[in-house]
Amino acid sequence: MTQKTVLNDTHRALGAKMVDFGGWDMPIHYGSQIEEHHAVRRDAGMFDVSHMTVVDLHGARCREFLRHLLANNIDKLKVTGKALYSCMLNEQGGVIDDLIVYFLGEEFFRVVVNAATRDKDLAWISRQAASFSVQVEERPEFAMIAVQGPHARDKVLGLLSPATREKAAKIGKFVAAEGDGLFIARTGYTGEDGFEIIVPEAQAIDLWNRLRDAGVAPAGLGARDTLRLEAGMNLYGQDMDETVTPWEANLGWTVSLDAGRDFIGRAALEAQKAQGVPREMIGLVMDDKGVLRHGQRVATPQGDGEILSGSFSPTLACAIAFARVPSGARDALQVDIRGRLVPVRAVKYPFVRDGRSQLGA
Amino acid sequence: MQEIPGDLKFMKSHEWARVEDQGTVTIGISDHAQGLLGDLVYVELPGVGDTVKAGTACAVVESVKAASDVYAPVSGEVVAVNEALADKPETINEDAYGDGWLFVVKPDNLAEELDELLDPDAYAEQLEEDES
Repeated sequence: MTQKTVLNDTHRALGAKMVDFGGWDMPIHYGSQIEEHHAVRRDAGMFDVSHMTVVDLHGARCREFLRHLLANNIDKLKVTGKALYSCMLNEQGGVIDDLIVYFLGEEFFRVVVNAATRDKDLAWISRQAASFSVQVEERPEFAMIAVQGPHARDKVLGLLSPATREKAAKIGKFVAAEGDGLFIARTGYTGEDGFEIIVPEAQAIDLWNRLRDAGVAPAGLGARDTLRLEAGMNLYGQDMDETVTPWEANLGWTVSLDAGRDFIGRAALEAQKAQGVPREMIGLVMDDKGVLRHGQRVATPQGDGEILSGSFSPTLACAIAFARVPSGARDALQVDIRGRLVPVRAVKYPFVRDGRSQLGA
Repeated sequence: MQEIPGDLKFMKSHEWARVEDQGTVTIGISDHAQGLLGDLVYVELPGVGDTVKAGTACAVVESVKAASDVYAPVSGEVVAVNEALADKPETINEDAYGDGWLFVVKPDNLAEELDELLDPDAYAEQLEEDES
C-alpha cells in the first residue's frame, strides 16, 4: 500500500510529478528539478518531508539509553532544543540508520529517522529501550515541511506570531524552538540555512499555502537529492547501510569514542580502526561531460570501488559523486560509464556550501 | 504537452522519425519522453559515419534523474548529429520535435521499416493507454 502525506492533494494540484519513494507517494518535481534546485540555492524552497518518522522518547533514563543506542555522544546536548546528528549501529558497527535527536528535557528526547527504515528502526529502538524503561512513541499525526535557502528563515519568520518569531529568530544552527503549535528546527538537508518545521497535520496545508504566498518555491525530492549531494550529506541506503561502518562512510566525525561509554557497535568500530579500515568514501568530480550514477565501477590502482550517490550538480554544471574505494585511492581514478573509462578527480567535499562552489577552495 | 506534428512516425519506446525531402530520416525523442525524463543534462550521440540498426540502442539521453537508451527507428548510416546538444541538452526539453533533434540517418531499408512505426494517432493512443 502506497502511503500519502497530508499534502498529497496539494502537490497534485501544483502539477507535481509523483513517484514512489520508500512506499510513499511523493513529488519528485513540480516541473523542473533544476529550477527547484536553484530556487533553494538562491532564494527559498520548501519540501514536504512528512514521510519522515518522528519518534518521541520519554523516561527517567532517556539520556542513559541514548548513550547506549547512538554512536555520537548524547551528552553533547546540554541546552534544551539542541540537536545532534548520529548513526545508530548494530553490534557489527554497521549503520542501521542515521538520525537527528533533539534534547527537549531530561526525560524527553525527540528522534527523527528515515522513512524507508521506519519499521526496522522502531523495532530496534523499542527492543533496546525496554531495559531502560524508556517509552517509545511514534508521532504519525505530524507533518514536516523543510524550508531551505538564503531567504528561507526570513520568509518563515514573517508568518509567525510575534512571540514565536522572537524565539525562532534567535535560535542557532542545530537548535529547535516551539511556538504557534509548531516545532521549528534550524536544520536541513541542503547545505543552506533554513528551518525544518514539524507541524500537526491539521495545520500543514495552511502552512504550506502561506509559505507559497510568501514566495517560497515548492521543491521535490529530486532537488532535495542534488542539493544534499552537493552539500556532502549522506543518503541512507545509497551511501551507507548495515554492511558499512561509519569509518567507511566518511561519518567518523559523528562517532564519539569518549572514555567509558559502551554504545552498540563500539567494539566493532574500535577493532576495525585498529586493523585498518579497508575502504573509504571520497568525493569525485568529473570534468568530462556525462553523469555519474549509483553503481558505476570506479577503477583505481588499488582495486575497484563503486559510485554511491552520483548525479549532475546543477550548481557546478558537472557530474559529482560519492564513491567507496580501497583506502588511500586518490589518483588515476576512472569511472566505467557504459564500458568507457572516464577520468574523475578525488575532491574534498562539501562540493557546495551556502550557495558557493567549494572546489578549488 | 506539445502537439504531435503529423509528419512524424514513432516507436513504442518514444523515439520519433521524420522522412525529409531528400530521403534522409531525422530522429529524436518525443515530447512525452522528455517530460518523463525531466531536465536533460547530457546526450551521447552516435558518430557521423556510424551504422545504426533499427530497434537497437544507438544514443543515450541523461536527465538529472536517469540515463535512457535511444533506439534507432530505422537502419542506415548516420550522416549528421545535433552537435548543439552537447552544450545545450535542455533544448530537447524545450523543443523535442524541432531544435531538439538528435541525429540524421541515410536509410537502408526505409519502406519496410517505416511500416513498423506508429503514426501520430496510434502513438497518442498508446500514451493514453500507458496512462490509464
